[in-house]
Amino acid sequence: MSDLDTRERVLQGTAPGEGLAIELIGDGDLVTADMSLSIGPAHPATHGVFRIVFEMDGERIVRARPVIGYMHRGFEKLAEHRDYRQIMALVNRHDWLSGFANELGVALAVEQMLEMEVPERAQWIRMLMAEWNRVLNHLMFIGSYALELGAITPMFYAFREREDIQHLLEAATGGRLHFTYNQVGGVKIDLPAGFLRESERLVGVMRQRMPDYFDLVHGNEIFRGRTVNVGPLPVDVATSIGVTGPALQATGLAEDARVTEPYLQYDKVEVEVPVGANGDAFDRFDVLLRRIVASIDVIDQIHGHIGAGPVNQKLPKMVKAPEGWTYVRTENPLGQLGYWLESDGGRTPWRLKMRTPSFSNVQAIPYLVEGQLLADAISILGSVFFVVGDIDR
Amino acid sequence: MGVMDQVELPKPIKYVFNWGRKYSLWCFNFGLACCAIEFIAASTSRHDFIRHGVIPFAHGPRQADLLVVSGTLTDKMAPAVKRLYDEMPEPKYVISFGSCSNCGGPYWDSYSVTKGVDQVIPVDVYVPGCPPRPEALLDGIMRLQDRIQNESLPERIAERRRDPANVGAEAGLALDPHAVHTAAPVLGPTGGDA
Ligand code: SF4
Repeated sequence: MSDLDTRERVLQGTAPGEGLAIELIGDGDLVTADMSLSIGPAHPATHGVFRIVFEMDGERIVRARPVIGYMHRGFEKLAEHRDYRQIMALVNRHDWLSGFANELGVALAVEQMLEMEVPERAQWIRMLMAEWNRVLNHLMFIGSYALELGAITPMFYAFREREDIQHLLEAATGGRLHFTYNQVGGVKIDLPAGFLRESERLVGVMRQRMPDYFDLVHGNEIFRGRTVNVGPLPVDVATSIGVTGPALQATGLAEDARVTEPYLQYDKVEVEVPVGANGDAFDRFDVLLRRIVASIDVIDQIHGHIGAGPVNQKLPKMVKAPEGWTYVRTENPLGQLGYWLESDGGRTPWRLKMRTPSFSNVQAIPYLVEGQLLADAISILGSVFFVVGDIDR
Repeated sequence: MGVMDQVELPKPIKYVFNWGRKYSLWCFNFGLACCAIEFIAASTSRHDFIRHGVIPFAHGPRQADLLVVSGTLTDKMAPAVKRLYDEMPEPKYVISFGSCSNCGGPYWDSYSVTKGVDQVIPVDVYVPGCPPRPEALLDGIMRLQDRIQNESLPERIAERRRDPANVGAEAGLALDPHAVHTAAPVLGPTGGDA
């Protein structure tokens, strides 16, 4: 935008979009122009390489434009050059905080195309892992959101728990972050001895420690001051943009693929979907915390369901999905993850299109920050939970 | 650093000097992707590299001695890394953390990924893994500290001045405080647009 039309806009007293009135400051040649402020791509407040350009009028944001693509690694194209087993090691990396949940979507899609029945034990194990993965993911955001608002301590608490859970998952999968535990037709190997006992113990530990989090962040006056009524998102705007996950549930809509369109064995367990009231930053964070509690409850139920049996199927040497397409949606920790898989009958997908939750969620950011103060923008940015790799793929 | 980087110090003084430098590495984490999470894990209570004298709270590249590049470097991001590196004062060290920043990792055949951060800036220690365990980072840090203990500062700086490939086109200029400030910004306020 050239200086001239900025000046024209200021003179007219209006900004494009949202009909924000800009106050006239100065007269004639002394009239002030908007300032353009670029935050990122490497900025501590935008965990990851997310860049956003604000057009400022004093302390107020007139317009916001997210600039994405700094983490574009070309997953969709690469997936066309990997066979169905290799894809597992690729897709868990786009949303690096929910590796298991990502693999799960692709595995389900391929199985759907092959019309393959997955052994029941494998399905329960997948659910168990997916829920622990959700807890891991949410813990990370609890730590990082508090960090963005200036509190370092919650990060250390969150990572204490994360290390325990990662230790547990590592025992079964061998990975701390990228598990690559799913495979077409089940999971890679059976759970090690004592896994369930340890998992049950951790459920107890988590239940004991959750009140700490509610106190530490939730009951913190400064935290409340910076988040309550900051960046409210109405439910109709959220749904029209395609926001899902905790950010949508915070607006009061109890939409969760595990409940509305159950996959695996989710119809056999009780999944509580926490909702917020007015969708502000505080609600989004609150929903995140309560989702951990809900996931822990689900894990507790799963323990009672895991029976004996095989955990995978013998696969042919080369997995080839038949010609056709399918779409699978799963509830990723950050929202709905969809995989559109199209095959021409070959060893590799013909096209793998991802519908990633973070990409849709960040579309709400311009709506949320325009007209707000710059200081609030940081707490809004952090509260729309996203992973940059998941935006850019 | 003034006179320190030109005059070879007597051995005992050099020993104490290097000992002090190696245990007060202010570290700037350039967290790009998944590996950044493991970097954070290494800095928190269980692994805690602060006990090794690495302080992860540098406010920016200008206060940092150590740059840890953790994660995938894309071609779009590469100019920013170069710029941040140029902003760091000498003597500066770089740890490349993870397969992606070592060589491109799982995206070795991707059209948008830089195949290794060493194509943009010189690297001192490579930590392999996808993602490397936090313990691997601790090992990498200890190796870097060994190197700092045994190095001669004037030699290191002279070597970097001599080898333009090492420091890029602006090479020796980066040692001149003015050069950094007057260098043309690689990214304009709205540059690098998608
Ligand atoms: S090396 Fe692996 S874990 Fe690290 S950034 Fe690359 S893909 Fe992610």
